[in-house]
Amino acid sequence: MLNMFEVIETNNMIEHEKLDVRTITMGISLLDCCDSDLTAVNDKIYKKITTYAKDLVSTGEEIARDFGVPIVNKRISVTPIALVGGCACKSPEDFVTIAQTMDRAAKEVGVNFIGGYSALVSKGMTPAEENLIRSIPQALAVTERVCSSINVGSTKTGLNMDAVKLMGEIVLATAEATKEDDSLGCAKLVVFCNAPDDNPFMAGAFHGVTEADAIINVGVSGPGVVKVALEKARGENFEVLCETIKKTAFKITRVGQLVAQEASKRLGIPFGIIDLSLAPTPAVGDSVAEILEEIGLERVGAPGTTAALAMLNDQVKKGGVMASSYVGGLSGAFIPVSEDQGMIDAVSLGALTLEKLEAMTCVCSVGLDMIAIPGDTPATTISGIIADEAAIGMINQKTTAVRLIPVIGKGLGDTVEFGGLLGYAPVMPVNPYSCEKFVTRGGRIPAPIHSFKN
Amino acid sequence: MNKVIITVVGKDTVGIIARVCTYLAEKKINVLDISQTIVQGYFNMMMIADFEAASTSFGEVCDALEALGEEIGVSIKCQREEIFTKMHRI
Repeated sequence: MLNMFEVIETNNMIEHEKLDVRTITMGISLLDCCDSDLTAVNDKIYKKITTYAKDLVSTGEEIARDFGVPIVNKRISVTPIALVGGCACKSPEDFVTIAQTMDRAAKEVGVNFIGGYSALVSKGMTPAEENLIRSIPQALAVTERVCSSINVGSTKTGLNMDAVKLMGEIVLATAEATKEDDSLGCAKLVVFCNAPDDNPFMAGAFHGVTEADAIINVGVSGPGVVKVALEKARGENFEVLCETIKKTAFKITRVGQLVAQEASKRLGIPFGIIDLSLAPTPAVGDSVAEILEEIGLERVGAPGTTAALAMLNDQVKKGGVMASSYVGGLSGAFIPVSEDQGMIDAVSLGALTLEKLEAMTCVCSVGLDMIAIPGDTPATTISGIIADEAAIGMINQKTTAVRLIPVIGKGLGDTVEFGGLLGYAPVMPVNPYSCEKFVTRGGRIPAPIHSFKN
Repeated sequence: MNKVIITVVGKDTVGIIARVCTYLAEKKINVLDISQTIVQGYFNMMMIADFEAASTSFGEVCDALEALGEEIGVSIKCQREEIFTKMHRI
């Protein structure tokens, strides 16, 4: 039978160490909403989302109450809209109407984000996919809750450099279209390499075509719990350190597994995966950077950061895998700058640079995330950063992503406020030398040799 | 068997267990086990109860116990057992 210390430990994690379930994300296939008539597509999408997800928020709240654990977000991901709207949408403006429908549906069911305004163009773009990509700046400017993601490469296909070039321009245009809100639109736009089909985390969530009609995916969190556990292992060797992280990750993930199974049962929708991630928030004590500092770095960005992060990421996976029947999504430590107080502090002090963040993305999920850069950064430079990050993903057979915010009207020394879970960020310097001739060559970078495993 | 865990944390005072148990008895919730200790000067009590025959909903019990806790000046939480067993048992 349970003993009191176990109960106290769990409740301390929840009350003092910010243990929570970050998101229950319902993936909904919209493939059966295809139609050649735009109005019909919009109607079908609205109806399907509001029917399937009508009890998502209330069920999430009930589960949170029953187990006494906060479930921070309830969200929806849908089939990449470029596929769903491809038959009906003849222009970028047509696609924007679907974004507005998604936004309306999200508000109706009460979720805070809906992902899947997406296109998967890792090898080539159809006209519909290009139209969707070109509609992103307007779509993100006229909607509130819609998130967009574009997959521009994979280990199997190589990198679609035409799409990489285009996305540099689109990121900048999205920043311009939402400049009244500190270019907030870019916080809802992710450029991926090796995008997973079952990621529950925004802004990159979409419901892949390999998925069932509807599915429940859950993202767990808990950097604070790991940090507190490691405080008790100060001065110990790596063996003890790794064991502590694994045990803690196991406990955190079990909570996610319980919530996922319960949500699946109550909503009558199959359980998909648990995303084993350490997802920070701007709150003090809920930071991945603080874990790295607890491991022994004076500041994140100091030499040793990449090794410490690699170890942390691996131990989280090792501990979490046994705690869940299915794991997937992004699974790893997130290192968003604006959403992590320790990262923000390190950037402000000059300890953490864009180049070091890039190195860190080689060993963790996911990529250059929530980084504010000067608004006058050229589109080709943004494309170059995307290409670098995508190349890391392609060669290392992992998911990488870029979510940069070129803040229009702001430069070095300025700070940007996004509010809520998105936090705030100091504008970071970008290498001033051009990569225009590289980015504008056109075509594809072939798949790496080690992708031919057949 | 539908087990719930009720935890009480706060300053020790006369009649905490009595009042919680009285409420549970009224609602036909059977107490299976009680343990208590003082951690860092705070009164900690854990109660395992069976909700199977309860005459009211789980949400209502949570709210009522929380209100009772506020009245006594302690924090009372009521949670389903699985969150603890899943976390601490393989």
